Amino acid sequence: MASLVGSRVERKEDKRFLTGKGRYTSDINIANQTYAIFIRSPHARAKIKKIDTSKALKSSGVVEILTGEHIAQDKIGGLIAGWAIRSEDGSEMKCPANPPLAKDSVNFVGDPVAVVFAETLDEARLAAELVKVDYKVLKAVSNLGEAMNSEAIHDGIDKNLCYDWLLGDRQKTKEAFDKADKIIKLDIVNNRLIPNAMEPRACVIDYNTASEEITCYTTSQNPHLSRLIMSAFGGVAPENKLRVVAPDVGGGFGSKINLYNEEIVCSWASKKIERPIKWVAERTESFLTDTHGRDHITHAELAVTNDGKFLGFKNETIANLGAYARVFGTVTPTYLFGPCATGVYIMPAAYSNVKAVYTNTAPVDAYRGAGRPEATYTIERIVDKAAMELGMDPIEIRMKNFPTEFPFKQTLVHQIDSGDYVAGLNKAKEMADYDGFAARKKESESKGKLRGIGVTSYFEACGIAPSPVVMMLGCGVGLWESAEVRFNPTGQVTVYTGSHSHGQSHQTTFAQIAADELGVPIENVDVVHGDTDKGTFGMGTYGSRSLTVGGIAIVNACKKIVNKGKRIAAKMLEASPDEVDFKNGEFVVAKSNKKKTIGEVAFASYLPGVRDEVKSPLPEGDEPGLIESSFFDPANFSFPAGSHICEVEIDPETGHVKLDKYTAVDDFGTIVNPLIVEGQVHGGLAQGIGQALYENAQYDDSGQLITASYMDYTMPRADDLPDFNLGFTCTKATTNPLGVKGCGEAGTIAATPTVMNAVINALGGKEISLPATAEKVWKACKEMKKSNAKAA
Amino acid sequence: MTKIALEVNGKKVTKDISDHTTLSELLRDILNLTGTHIGCDTSQCGACVVHVDGKSIKSCTALAADLDGSKVTTIEGLASNGKLHPMQEAFKKMHGLQCGFCTPGMVMSAVDLLKNKKNPSDQEIRDWLEGNICRCTGYHNIVAAVKEAASKM
Repeated sequence: MASLVGSRVERKEDKRFLTGKGRYTSDINIANQTYAIFIRSPHARAKIKKIDTSKALKSSGVVEILTGEHIAQDKIGGLIAGWAIRSEDGSEMKCPANPPLAKDSVNFVGDPVAVVFAETLDEARLAAELVKVDYKVLKAVSNLGEAMNSEAIHDGIDKNLCYDWLLGDRQKTKEAFDKADKIIKLDIVNNRLIPNAMEPRACVIDYNTASEEITCYTTSQNPHLSRLIMSAFGGVAPENKLRVVAPDVGGGFGSKINLYNEEIVCSWASKKIERPIKWVAERTESFLTDTHGRDHITHAELAVTNDGKFLGFKNETIANLGAYARVFGTVTPTYLFGPCATGVYIMPAAYSNVKAVYTNTAPVDAYRGAGRPEATYTIERIVDKAAMELGMDPIEIRMKNFPTEFPFKQTLVHQIDSGDYVAGLNKAKEMADYDGFAARKKESESKGKLRGIGVTSYFEACGIAPSPVVMMLGCGVGLWESAEVRFNPTGQVTVYTGSHSHGQSHQTTFAQIAADELGVPIENVDVVHGDTDKGTFGMGTYGSRSLTVGGIAIVNACKKIVNKGKRIAAKMLEASPDEVDFKNGEFVVAKSNKKKTIGEVAFASYLPGVRDEVKSPLPEGDEPGLIESSFFDPANFSFPAGSHICEVEIDPETGHVKLDKYTAVDDFGTIVNPLIVEGQVHGGLAQGIGQALYENAQYDDSGQLITASYMDYTMPRADDLPDFNLGFTCTKATTNPLGVKGCGEAGTIAATPTVMNAVINALGGKEISLPATAEKVWKACKEMKKSNAKAA
Repeated sequence: MTKIALEVNGKKVTKDISDHTTLSELLRDILNLTGTHIGCDTSQCGACVVHVDGKSIKSCTALAADLDGSKVTTIEGLASNGKLHPMQEAFKKMHGLQCGFCTPGMVMSAVDLLKNKKNPSDQEIRDWLEGNICRCTGYHNIVAAVKEAASKM
């Protein structure tokens, strides 16, 4: 039987999605449901003086209106930061309380203060208009750069500072800088983005008055984690009375990691009003209240020798947390960002210092790549600047500083098990026809256009592990993943995974893995996820962890099935287990033609006896059935890496940047399904390119989000992007039996600096901030023209 | 309230609806055809695209009351007798979808494109689909799928 791992298997998910039979949360309706509308703060910062619901309560169809007072009375807890980060001086981070409905103060536009439940959505909307909230408006802290010098937003949090964190060695870095021929300096703003999963957040709650169980259907990347937080911190219900189901999830990109206010409030309220509740976000609510991404101000310095060797690196960053610290809010700008600051290079000394601050803006959390895009952007931009200042080729300077021996102990934290950065960059160079760039540039110039080329080499640390290390660093949970594999008596296999898919195709790739391990046709394997009542427990999907952690749990559970199967087959075939080999779904006794299929063994394991004889196929000590589970906790992260090259052509008359060619060469170790991995890269690239050229979340001085619709926030559309040219190299991961590395975030991590390096290259090295919109590029072109004229 | 009679996926439908009911609300909330999705409030994302009298429109901005007598086809009505439409087949083959949320609108738009233009170029496909936002695929495989479908239709 040919191996399915490595094959371009078409997706099992597709038929339902393509025929309109996908089941997303907002597709669910429950008889007798009420509709929820949240009343949200229109102010970025204010004290709540009074909430008057009297008129609204009398409005047609209103069932109930609840406020922060009710939350407090019922002692319902709030939202939490999942990681405790310690400052350089040893002090613990400072986090404000984040109640599900604000009672005393609101801290960003969209912060919910009350909720209306009514018989119809229209009635809920009308009643919500009648809820009167009396605010005392305060001056908002909306500017990240000024936040530490502004009035404290939260009581007891001086300078709005959550922590001032350091990784690395300041003294050693200073010594390295003292020896430098040249110090390259760069100031950058890594702009704020809004993840924008196409499915808006939603929840549908069904409270069963008989069993007293709450079922929360929701748009989550990690239903078990949501249940844990809602139960342990929210106090909504004990875990055994709380079922969280995330059915088909329409994209997440990090924004659906967090448990949100609406899920807690509606779950709690459903029990209170003894009615089902449906809430679906409007797109503007999503813009205002989904967690945002990025938003750093960074000053970086790179110490180099005249011949382009790196000696040291400093990274001083202010990271925006928004109004509250959420699940991955505090770790994204620290352990996911800081260690990756030195990129794929040998860097004798370095440090990352991050000050995370609160502002009156939506909470900032993980967004595709989470910390690693910000780190890669910084190092890859400054490396290009160094090449320019030293008069070196961008590829040459990178090659000069790559490690060539693995495992490679990266400067700040990571022990990178495998990689071949030289091979990746060489392949990208060839695929992109790097050497032909000069001719293409000339051709562009003959048409009055500017042409630039950009290079990025990146690595990513994903599949955060192992649990004892992440918990030592401050994580509130372990980051293992679970799997349960049930071999049914009649031959089909059901795989339960604690990870979840919001587009990543787990029902296909995980079925490929299990089918290979068990030697059964893929049609016989179903993958089940997204329901706390099905499967054991799980940490969910983010940080490119599902395959490298969750997929391996499936492999290990399958191996346990095979081992038990071997023992049973041996007894059935009257051989010793050592003599039995398992191959292509058959247990075969060595040097004989005696064999049993895994289906026969499974059947026997559930029906362990025969007519007219007391005889069991089960060896002594083995229980009936063929169900095994595994919790996998990898020994380390996985470290995908690669090099991307792109070319842009700029029309100086309009500032329009045409993305002309994009080449990506990535090393994801073993690839389970190339069709799906290519799709992950394409999508990642689009988001990285979006940041480079189009996307920007912008607040005004009063803290109003002025990019809160698709008419104001520029999403990359089909006509904005080129075809992508993908290539792969392969060095297998040594920390898992499949040799796989994460692939979901690579495109996003690499694309932003690749495109910006190309734009800046086209502009003759002139710095330009993210995103390189037509307006900014046009201005830069005008300035270039002016200074060229002066020089002439 | 207005009484309307229309044909949805080949079936006659008669309903009393309020004047402000949109076509997408009629489909999703009244007819339980939840394949048509709502991804925004400003008629920008295209997840709600269906065909009305053979032409693709955004159902979130069409009033159902205006469509008396129309023939509506949604994603649920595209396959016939259990056989996927060539566009659906092509999206599957080329991995033109990931989370699946924008997919119904994307497929319905693409089907209309091929009615207007048998063998569109890459640029023509990209221009046509400009009103359909996908956050997952980067559009690369969507374009490939539309070309694949064009070669089969």
